[in-house]
Amino acid sequence: MTYKKRLDGRKMNETRPIEAKAGVIKKADGSAYFKIGKTWAYAAVYGPKELHPRFLQNPNTGIIRFSYIMMPFSGMGERIRPGPNRRAKEISMVSQKAITPVVNLEDYPNTVVDIVVELPQADAGSRCAGICAASIALADAGIPMKDMVASVAAGVVDNTVCLDLSYAEEAYPQFAKEKVDSEHVSDIPISCIPSTGEITHIQMDGIMKKEQMAEAIKLATEKCKEIAEIQRQAVKDRYNNKGGI
Amino acid sequence: MNKENKEEPKKEMAQKEKQENKEFKSEGKLLVKNKSIVVPGQVLAEGFDYLPSYGTYRKEDKIIANKLGLISMEGKVLKSIAMAGRYHPKRYDVIIGRVIDITMTSWRLGINSAYTAMLNSKEAGGNGRGYNSYPQKGNLSKTYKLNDYVFCKVTGVSDMNLVDVTTQGPGLRKLFSGRIIHVNTHKVPRIIGKKGSMVNMIKQATGCKMIVGQNGIVWLQCEPKVEAIAVDAIRKIENESHIPGLTDRIKEFLEKKTGKKIEEFTNEAPKDEENRGN
Repeated sequence: MTYKKRLDGRKMNETRPIEAKAGVIKKADGSAYFKIGKTWAYAAVYGPKELHPRFLQNPNTGIIRFSYIMMPFSGMGERIRPGPNRRAKEISMVSQKAITPVVNLEDYPNTVVDIVVELPQADAGSRCAGICAASIALADAGIPMKDMVASVAAGVVDNTVCLDLSYAEEAYPQFAKEKVDSEHVSDIPISCIPSTGEITHIQMDGIMKKEQMAEAIKLATEKCKEIAEIQRQAVKDRYNNKGGI
Repeated sequence: MNKENKEEPKKEMAQKEKQENKEFKSEGKLLVKNKSIVVPGQVLAEGFDYLPSYGTYRKEDKIIANKLGLISMEGKVLKSIAMAGRYHPKRYDVIIGRVIDITMTSWRLGINSAYTAMLNSKEAGGNGRGYNSYPQKGNLSKTYKLNDYVFCKVTGVSDMNLVDVTTQGPGLRKLFSGRIIHVNTHKVPRIIGKKGSMVNMIKQATGCKMIVGQNGIVWLQCEPKVEAIAVDAIRKIENESHIPGLTDRIKEFLEKKTGKKIEEFTNEAPKDEENRGN
């Protein structure tokens, strides 16, 4: 049996319901949450501010520091030990590289913009939610940027390409009601700049065919444009609804 | 014959030019209203009829916003006025800074910006407590201690973002007692109002002493009863400044809270010391 009907009844090219809001953390310079299904990401932006230690300073431009943290009971299994672990460090690094191409900090040499993303609950696609939340928070902080960065995952479940996999889909053979053809589930998180279609971040987990990969990338980049609109609306709504917090 | 030959190519040229002009004019298309809120990545105009300015950039034939702001059109120039972000120090701005470090010959001030400001001991105007308060060699903390707030003026900003300030000048001084609040830097012009009208209205209604720094740090010294009212009024201005009819709303708010009627006030600043420099 191939994967014809999704576990939560969505269409193949449909994401989980998205909710985004800017200005949710009072003490931050810019902040936002981005909720996609049961995955919630809160982002706070601080800066630009002077960077210490000084050897990290870049006299040509300001830099971005990204911190991705999953909260202790955010996962599906046991309590996650708080603080940066190997996985969180890697995701922080790729997220920082996904955001950097759109941000123009040439006017702020020797400075840093700190982005802190925390996830109170996660159900797959957490790095994508983190990147989306971070770019809303950056815009909210008034940092000059070419465009929003939108991010979504696409993957292959039992030989079918679908968008924005949930945790149950990522572990499909375990949750399947029918016999599966292929034990492989693969997943590609993609971040892109919607106005140019450039991809700033792409990772892959699992195995898939060439054609499936092309289709997955196409699905995800198209969806990114819609997500970017939601992100922009979130920033605007803060000012339309009498001042956010 | 010769004449005709000469004129023909001219006519053709003129026609071509006309056509080109027509095509050029039909290209321009504006996609946003004046005074609307724009966010990064939003397309503001298409075609080459409009020109990008602060907070916008051109990509191929489109003008795109690269900052959160309010759009302001001046003829064909599209500019976005920032609504969020840190303070940019400018020469002659009067600001409030906090002493965060003391070196051999200067104080370093935190000014709510990406960079810190330097107050050289030669530029210090004393702490307002007599002749002995002027800085002596090696004894700078007698003038301004760590965590003191200082009302100062920016004398220069270099290319590498070194900010120099002075406390020599009318009204510039160390701030004693009172309360410090932080507001959005970009809302400071609205808190001050035209020729200081808004800030004077709050002063008149509450009887507070008030200094508004361009960097979004506000110092208040009030009677305890009215302090909360003054702070609320400032927060109200900060949150609602982009909605029209601000002055009337703030006037109503102050009248309701203080229970006193605000008379038609003039834009002339009261003569006390705190107003100089604003």
